Amino acid sequence: MQINEIVEKLGLTVLVGADNLKVDVAGGYVADLLSCVIAGAKPQDLWVTLQTHVNIVAVAALKEVAGIVVAESAVVPDATLEKAKQQGVVMLSSPLPVYETVKQLVALGL
Amino acid sequence: MKSRFTLLSLLGGDGGLGKVHELIREIRVGRVMTTNMYTVAPDDLMSELKELMREHHISGVPVVEEGTLAGIVSIEDLIHSLEEGKLDSPVRDFMTSGELIVARANEPVMEAVRRFEVTKIGRMPVLDTQDNLVGIITRGDIIEALLAALQEVYSEAERIHDHPDYFFEALESDSTSLVLRYNVKHRDFARGGDASAKIKQALLRIGASPVLARRVAIATYEAEINLIIHTDNGGTITADIKPYEISVLAEDRGPGIPDVELARQPGYSTATPEIREMGFGAGMGLVNIDRCTDDMSIWSALGIGTRLQMIFRVSPEETKRNGTG
Repeated sequence: MQINEIVEKLGLTVLVGADNLKVDVAGGYVADLLSCVIAGAKPQDLWVTLQTHVNIVAVAALKEVAGIVVAESAVVPDATLEKAKQQGVVMLSSPLPVYETVKQLVALGL
Repeated sequence: MKSRFTLLSLLGGDGGLGKVHELIREIRVGRVMTTNMYTVAPDDLMSELKELMREHHISGVPVVEEGTLAGIVSIEDLIHSLEEGKLDSPVRDFMTSGELIVARANEPVMEAVRRFEVTKIGRMPVLDTQDNLVGIITRGDIIEALLAALQEVYSEAERIHDHPDYFFEALESDSTSLVLRYNVKHRDFARGGDASAKIKQALLRIGASPVLARRVAIATYEAEINLIIHTDNGGTITADIKPYEISVLAEDRGPGIPDVELARQPGYSTATPEIREMGFGAGMGLVNIDRCTDDMSIWSALGIGTRLQMIFRVSPEETKRNGTG
């Protein structure tokens, strides 16, 4: 499944990387602690988090995740968006809480 | 010589241009000229010259008298003699003599190129320092030599591109390594992860597998974040890259870790609530480092600083050449 399909079906907002959505998603990972993400996320995972600090971009790039989904429409600082642009990291936003967002992803077969 | 050019141009990022530039400036006429040439004597007949030119497909011949260059005779001179019906005249009557335009065997090709440009002539006899005729040079000879040199540069660049770890093989020493150093500032969260991302990129460029590059980058990221969060004045990260082993050293000058064993426990963290809000302080940093490295050691003294050394051994399947290609 590609990111653009997920964006469409879940009605997610694309914060960064609109031209970059033809990326395959292999699975998902949920955590707000960066070291856990570093330890547990796999390449091509979609990372669902409430964390919006600029460092999530470095972690996403490091782990080569397919993209970051910020839940509950959490406000993402400009510095984070800017860094994501630079590093080519896709950032999406979901209005739903993490649990609901993940339920929808699972329903899609992820 | 070849390796030196390649490595320097690789490091300088100018591809093969450095070498081409060097070639044009450095190549001497003596290396490009034709030495296997035909000559005629002033008393040879124009008809003999005609046969020589036709047989060997040449368009200009030096005229040599008693071992020294007396002139040059070209196909245009032959045409003049034909027009005048004087094929039985000696070469002397039609050749160009006097102040001949010549090239010197020891001058740079670039000088010869300029002379061709200015004089519009097609060929020059080449003399050595004692004015002996040692060869002949045409624009064609120069183009051919430069094309051959370009081809060499190109193949070399291609070889580097296909096998970046050739980088190491080209350098001879008892132990060759590439050292990358980064300064990490205290509290510089905006640049957190830059050093590890750059190390990862460097490793991929010189031929490490993505798996190895990721392993090194993850451990280095944790060390980098530790410098940002926990030090008084930041620190340095030094990656020492050898073909068989990568060592990354994170060093700082304080405050030091009171109990290293405790710090290595999963979940133990001294991060402040503010730091935790940013997603750090899971107490998993050193645990993650341990998982990614083949060997790690921490030395720390309160008031002095901390040295974290991480060793990654490169297994055969972790180089592109032997692995996934």
